[in-house]
Amino acid sequence: MSTTSPPLSARQIARRRRTAAWRRNWALFRGHRAGLVGLCILAVFVVVALAAPLLADGEGLKVTKATGGVLESPSGEFWLGTDESGRSVLTMLIWGTRISLLVGLLATAISMVIGTVVGLVAGFFEGWTSRLLYRLTEWFLVIPFLPLAIILAVVLGRSLLNIAIVIGVTSWPATALLIRSQTLSIKERPYLERARVLGAGRWHQMTRHVLPNVMPMVFANTTLTVAVAILSETTLSFLGLGDPGRVSWGSMLEGAFGVGAMTTGSWWYIVPPGICVVLVVLAFTLIGQALEEVFNPRLRER
Amino acid sequence: MTASDGVTPLLESSGLGVRFTTRTGKVAVALDDVDVEVRPGEILALVGESGSGKTTLARTLVGLQRPTSGEVLFDGRPLSYSSKSLRKLRSEVQMVLQDAVGSLNPKQTVYESVAEGIRLHKRVASDPAGRTEAELVAAALSEAGLRPPERLFLRYPHELSGGQMQRVLIAGALALRPRLLVADEPVSSLDASIRGEILALLLGLRESLGLGIIVVTHDLGLAWNIADRIAVMYLGRVVECGSTEEVLESPRHPYTRALLSVVPEIEQLTPVVLTGEVPDPTRIPSGCRFHPRCPAYADGTAGAAGIAEKCRTAPLPVVTAGGDHRVACHLAATPES
Amino acid sequence: MDHLLELDGLSVSYRTADGPLPAVRGVDLVVDAGEVVGIAGESGCGKSTLASTVLRLQPKDAVVEGEVLVAGRDVLTMGWGDLRALRWAEASIVFQGALHSLNPVRRIETQIAEPIQLHEPGLSTAEVTARVGELLEQVGIPAARSRVYPHQLSGGQRQRVMIAMALACRPQLIVADEPTTALDVMVQAQILDLISGLVKDLGVGMLIISHDLSVLSDVCDRVAVMYAGRVVECGSAEQVFRAPAHPYAKALAQAFPRVGDPAARYAPAGLAGDPPDPHAPPPGCTFEPRCTLAVDACREAEPPLLDIGGRQSACIRVGAA
Repeated sequence: MSTTSPPLSARQIARRRRTAAWRRNWALFRGHRAGLVGLCILAVFVVVALAAPLLADGEGLKVTKATGGVLESPSGEFWLGTDESGRSVLTMLIWGTRISLLVGLLATAISMVIGTVVGLVAGFFEGWTSRLLYRLTEWFLVIPFLPLAIILAVVLGRSLLNIAIVIGVTSWPATALLIRSQTLSIKERPYLERARVLGAGRWHQMTRHVLPNVMPMVFANTTLTVAVAILSETTLSFLGLGDPGRVSWGSMLEGAFGVGAMTTGSWWYIVPPGICVVLVVLAFTLIGQALEEVFNPRLRER
Repeated sequence: MTASDGVTPLLESSGLGVRFTTRTGKVAVALDDVDVEVRPGEILALVGESGSGKTTLARTLVGLQRPTSGEVLFDGRPLSYSSKSLRKLRSEVQMVLQDAVGSLNPKQTVYESVAEGIRLHKRVASDPAGRTEAELVAAALSEAGLRPPERLFLRYPHELSGGQMQRVLIAGALALRPRLLVADEPVSSLDASIRGEILALLLGLRESLGLGIIVVTHDLGLAWNIADRIAVMYLGRVVECGSTEEVLESPRHPYTRALLSVVPEIEQLTPVVLTGEVPDPTRIPSGCRFHPRCPAYADGTAGAAGIAEKCRTAPLPVVTAGGDHRVACHLAATPES
Repeated sequence: MDHLLELDGLSVSYRTADGPLPAVRGVDLVVDAGEVVGIAGESGCGKSTLASTVLRLQPKDAVVEGEVLVAGRDVLTMGWGDLRALRWAEASIVFQGALHSLNPVRRIETQIAEPIQLHEPGLSTAEVTARVGELLEQVGIPAARSRVYPHQLSGGQRQRVMIAMALACRPQLIVADEPTTALDVMVQAQILDLISGLVKDLGVGMLIISHDLSVLSDVCDRVAVMYAGRVVECGSAEQVFRAPAHPYAKALAQAFPRVGDPAARYAPAGLAGDPPDPHAPPPGCTFEPRCTLAVDACREAEPPLLDIGGRQSACIRVGAA
């Protein structure tokens, strides 16, 4: 940049800064092999979820339209065999990817928003608001997850959105505690005092200084939460609390368990959804750990 | 310059006190009855060891800390602590904090850091010359000696040297066109060669912008370099104040003398190394608060003058603000025999 | 006779993604028993790297050339066993930042006793305790305070404990990295007094690293000034501080004004510019871009450290101004 160029506008500067930051973070992420592997696995699943209608006919999910026999083993026609109603396990698996990912992401979004807001406010403010929120967080943290989730799912009814809400509402406390402790430490940094000297109010301090500095942690934490949410969705569906109208990996496992696939040796009904759950959870965990290292220089130094 | 010349001080404090209760329930006195003043275009140095209350005083003067007694007057009017009036004060009184490295948000570029104050106080809309935000930021950076400013716009704090960070912070404060700048240890974390540059910058700003400056420091050499007046603090009180020449060339308080004698460059003085450190502010000694460490008390000078008892028990009057050389010491108040 | 410490053509560079990064370039230095030698310089001049190399404590990615001889033995090539015996017993180091170098959950007594027990396993507990008490008294802390934890001590007292630890195994050489940084002026004066006294009483040799030339001029016999990894001036503390020859040493000395000097009133002395980028050093003299006395010849070759009237200086313009 030469000194004679006209001064840049604020927006141009902001944009350049952002691209530079992204590029730097991406370079760091690329250096992390496990994170890249996670990203590749996830990419495959996302592509499968998006392209589900092209890969397998959605009609194949309807019991009435099933063409195969009962619990057929894998063959040229049904690569992964069929279920107890004669549906193709592969078709169910492909369409289940959609539901599992969707519920996982939706639940995570709910959990993140609640967790971040509660954590930020509890950490930034002092006095009774903060104490109350902290107690609430602790309270939610110690409630056993499964009973609460089961009760909520029963009360709210069995639907896709409700499952996401149930998982979101029960999984935010860990995020809130993390954000709160981060906020507490950032609150003491001199640059917040500087912002106060410049005349910044609380809203400005929170949105311009605290939030940008906790966001990377939120981001890294999000990917880990998605993994937990997908596992929870599987658990709830396996317990028969999922959306009865839709196929997810959890509901497949439930179906398999229900017809005794384990004892009849119909491995093709249990193993594929199980592996998919493990792979997606692994992918998100690997990405999350890589992101943590990208955003937390202290971990990087080791 | 004396108090009698009729100039209204830009900022002054009267009977300023700050106490807080520690976790164990004891009351710590961080500031006790402090009167200081700084006039427009004047450089005042607050000098003392850590624990002397100099940083607390600076923070209280800019309204970051609420006093528990006494008041701060800006332009002759007492500060009010509503968020609206504090906001107004911020546009006229700015502070550069001690820790230059920590004072910049690591996620913000130089541009954003400097523009922050401009945005908060909507300085683009009120700029008489109708300049854009980028022009205002560039002007502030140039004033702080960072030229050409555009080259630094996109830098992050970790890409700057210590001296550059300090200049960015000064630029951020200057962008608001304040009338008073408070600088807390502006050079203590900087390399020696950069020290002079930053001090010259502060002097130059006083010259070109008529800025009043309060500089908080433990470094008497710095005070000699730039300050017009000095207030020496010990354990929450001003113990000696006056013009820089008066205080540093003919110090009257034993504490000031001791501080001066340990500055390594002055070998004509026999170093008077005080034992121990500044006492705990929850247990302020009776009488003269310096007497437990006072060399004049310990070597019997005070006893010979017949005031040892007074040093132990009689409280000292407060050193009032103003132009004259004043000192809070029983020995100094006793006529030489 | 061997010198207590002898650095011979010491160079240290760090391996980085952008190629080797030189930190120390060809430093020769000698410390004898009963002598205090100071190294002054600013952040990034290589002085801390140099200090850590003396006890082979440099980071793993550092490449060291030249020789470091402690009592005539090369520290860089000796075996691990010898090196461990050398650390503490022959040479010890006082790190900067006493707050972080002490273990917060152990009594200072235990921490001082640790090196003694390691190096002299034959001593009884009573003997060790007596020795710890003696050491504490030596650094001006009552032996009765030996059972406190670091947080119960003030900053200055903690620094004294660090010095007591360094003295624990009666070493001949002590390296002190910024021993008074972050301490108050008065406490700094106390510590400097202590250091001078110990050197006189124990006859040890000492290498002090500091960014503050005025501190060094107070306690040192000889001072070396480093810039961009090289020693640019070396002489008696008096010479270097009062009458520096190299323009950089001059700028450093002037940065600390004499209180009462009318020339310094309202005229802080400064040095424009930043130290050179070690990846792309300027041709010729590394100080040339910031030097007010620079001439064309300065850009041609890096000036060697030459003897001039009882001291050394690396500047072709010495005597020009």
